[in-house]
Amino acid sequence: MDWESVIGLEVHIQLATRSKIFSGAGAAFGAEPNTQACGVDLGLPGTLPVLNREALRMALTFGLAIEAEIASECRFDRKNYFYPDLPKGYQISQFEAPVVKGGAIVISAGEAEQRIGITRAHLEEDAGKSLHEDYAGMTGIDLNRAGTPLLEVVSEPELRSAAQAAAFFRELRALARYLRISDGNLNEGSMRCDANVSVRRRGATALGERTEVKNLNSFRFIERAIRHEIARQIDVLEGGGEVSRETRLYDAERDETRPMRGKELSDDYRYFPDPDLLPVRITEALLAEARAQVPELPRAKRRRYQETLGLSAAEAWQLAEEPSMAAYFEAVAGAAPPRRAAHWMMDQVAAALNRSGLDIAVCPVPAAQLAQLLQRIEDGVVSGKIAATIFEVLWNEGGDVDAIIAERGLRQLSDADALTGIVAQVVAAHPGQAQQFRDGKAKLLGFFVGQVMQATAGKADPKQANALLLKALQDP
Amino acid sequence: MAPAANIAALRHGLDAGDYSARELAQDALGRIEAANPQLNCFITVTPEQALADADAADARIAAGNAGPLTGIPIAHKDLFCTAGAPTTCGSRMLAEYVPPYDATVVARLHAAGAVSLGKTNMDEFAMGASNETSWFGPARNPWHRQHTPGGSSGGAASAVAAGLVPLATGTDTGGSIRQPAAFCGVTGLKPTYGRVSRYGMVAFASSLDQGGAFGRSVDDVERLLQAMEGHDPQDSTSAERPATTRTAVAGMTLGLPREYWNGLDAGMAQCLQAATRELEAAGCTVRDISLPHTAAAVPAYYVVASAEASANLARYDGVRFGHRAEAPKSLDDLYRRSRGEGFGAEVKRRILTGTYVLSVGYYDAYYLKAQRVRRLIRQDFLDAFGAVDAIVAPVTPSVAFELGAVQDPVAMYRQDVFTTPASLAGVPAMSVPCGFCDGLPTGLQLIAPHFEEGRLLALGAAFQHRTDWHLRQPPA
Repeated sequence: MDWESVIGLEVHIQLATRSKIFSGAGAAFGAEPNTQACGVDLGLPGTLPVLNREALRMALTFGLAIEAEIASECRFDRKNYFYPDLPKGYQISQFEAPVVKGGAIVISAGEAEQRIGITRAHLEEDAGKSLHEDYAGMTGIDLNRAGTPLLEVVSEPELRSAAQAAAFFRELRALARYLRISDGNLNEGSMRCDANVSVRRRGATALGERTEVKNLNSFRFIERAIRHEIARQIDVLEGGGEVSRETRLYDAERDETRPMRGKELSDDYRYFPDPDLLPVRITEALLAEARAQVPELPRAKRRRYQETLGLSAAEAWQLAEEPSMAAYFEAVAGAAPPRRAAHWMMDQVAAALNRSGLDIAVCPVPAAQLAQLLQRIEDGVVSGKIAATIFEVLWNEGGDVDAIIAERGLRQLSDADALTGIVAQVVAAHPGQAQQFRDGKAKLLGFFVGQVMQATAGKADPKQANALLLKALQDP
Repeated sequence: MAPAANIAALRHGLDAGDYSARELAQDALGRIEAANPQLNCFITVTPEQALADADAADARIAAGNAGPLTGIPIAHKDLFCTAGAPTTCGSRMLAEYVPPYDATVVARLHAAGAVSLGKTNMDEFAMGASNETSWFGPARNPWHRQHTPGGSSGGAASAVAAGLVPLATGTDTGGSIRQPAAFCGVTGLKPTYGRVSRYGMVAFASSLDQGGAFGRSVDDVERLLQAMEGHDPQDSTSAERPATTRTAVAGMTLGLPREYWNGLDAGMAQCLQAATRELEAAGCTVRDISLPHTAAAVPAYYVVASAEASANLARYDGVRFGHRAEAPKSLDDLYRRSRGEGFGAEVKRRILTGTYVLSVGYYDAYYLKAQRVRRLIRQDFLDAFGAVDAIVAPVTPSVAFELGAVQDPVAMYRQDVFTTPASLAGVPAMSVPCGFCDGLPTGLQLIAPHFEEGRLLALGAAFQHRTDWHLRQPPA
């Protein structure tokens, strides 16, 4: 039987504001429990929320970047439910009048680009955390996270595979980081994803009954959990059963989803406009401020890398995913051949960063020096191999590329007379091998090139050495 | 230092050195000690803090930088948060609660040098019109101790009427300043919604709650208002408006809304007609007007206020502050018993009502409809103020009733028939004493357009210039 899966994602993006969405308390990750919660976050009687303008600005920047409709006014509502880590007994969210409506995110999951519609994106406050371990049968409540600004992005059910869902999440993360509205740190929960998953027979137009799968917080988990859930639903349906509408939790250790228990959430959140917050007017000035924060976006960047710099799709993806990587790459590619720059970024630079555990943002080799080095390869001043050595020097000791080449005598031997002499010496020193070569053992050319390189400490231009050797070996 | 001295006289006495702020505070504390066992108008008296503040006021006076209220005794309704002093809201839920911060109103008055003597009794969470829902028992009416002082700010009105303090803060959600002021024969002003900061006022119904002032005269209330009002960045609904200043009275047109006057009790009508003639004598002209949606105000008010209360009171869950049930067996048991034990019957009734009107299937029929009615009522006032400068009306349908006389909750809600319309419209309104029926005071309600408190003060002062109802004192 042929099945089609229908997936919509709800992604909570933690906005990188300095303070919380409705209070002045700090919003940094990792503080001691309950040290970053003020009276407003604790829901103390008499306290009132005041909207953090920067959170609103970030939501608008996101909306503009996905070419959404921005309403002239948005509003906050109360979402009512009881839970110990929800201090006020309601969450301030946006229900009727979200800040962002419509727009789209374009993904490319191996195939052609695909436009995934965004239903809405709204601002809300995060709840605290319930800590079920370490308290001997009791539950600890940490309210540091309470009041942290979230942008909840809801996609249309237009994703058709687990891979597409993962691609959507990846694209959204890249976008959030480009827009500098979130650090996108998945380990710290800066982006959390729930998926609405259903299946239907291919060709059917009606949607099947859906389940909501929660707790998908990495690219790998999203793909695995959705794939698992699709398979489970197909099994149920092919076995003659029915999918029941429920919330399921993904267990990464067992690689399965199971019905959620414990947290008995009411279905009726009794939303109503929060009387503590007046409707927010989105002024032209605010929009202009938000628009000024929209840089070249990942998709446009990737297209430019491919079309004007001649990179492959995979190269463009890899270099454009992280804004800091892209910035470094562009600095290098602006002063050196772009394709060589791309290869070096993904090879030597990536390996060195990996080894040292550093981020590109703090790369010890300035982009200008790398560009100069690559330009010296292009100029024939150094070979690629020597350049790799110079890169190590730059990484470990710093310095200037030309100075290092000069001081250490690393300039390539391109003087034909000098090289001809060395070639003649090498051939003369290995008469047996020279004879074998002339007798047809062509592979021995490599041996001679190696000998020349050794004799010149790697400074010979391999191409030139090759040509001279052929000549010397063929007419003794 | 006569108990009934007005603020101007007290200011003169303090500045002239006839008595010190400490002596004034000690005198008032002595009277509170003597009268409170009968009147029960204070829940908490804070003599140590009062004397320390009085000493600070004396130092300011000596240094020659006293403000209008420096050294003047005051009492706060027990829902204004006071750092270090209990803030009970008249509830068992908060009977032991000591806030870590001062409400903006408290902080402003403290900064002005007013000397707070303690916290006044009130209906639980400001829900009531007779003070009988207070966990601490009802305050009593100084004019007749078997009668209610009104509610919810009954303790404040009772304390001012009995001459225990010259000034008191209160809050008015649907009449909670004006009705007790009328019942106790004092002057009470509910400012425009947004005029006075709600920060630190324990919330009942956030779109209606408004802090205001009690005094023995309009002159005194004006001084208190000027020290309380003004924009507060911690309250998003507080308005940025110029300070209140009195306008001229002569030439004002006053509207008598027939929906308020028709069917009024004969004795009450007589008092109000006489009062209206005084205002005419002061240079005003009077005409009939209509506020056609008046009858819908009480039901709309109880839907909107209860809906907001159901969310505002969700934070009292026994987890972080307030009453907590002993030895809970589960989270659910903690919630149920903490709230079951902590809240009184009227509070529970309103939480249930509010939860109901916001529920799926009832939201449109109740909450949304009530909001539509609210807009119509507001429009009634806007239309009326196109033709008149202020409105003259009764405050209550009757004088203060006997404690225990009104048992039916809906009959109690009908007490608010003349006060809830101005609350729903957000316009300022004031009650001034205008006579007696059956030996109990009656009040005249003056209502002005948004942010036109200056007109109310001018009219009230002109009235009090021509009458002496506000100078009458209850039997000792």
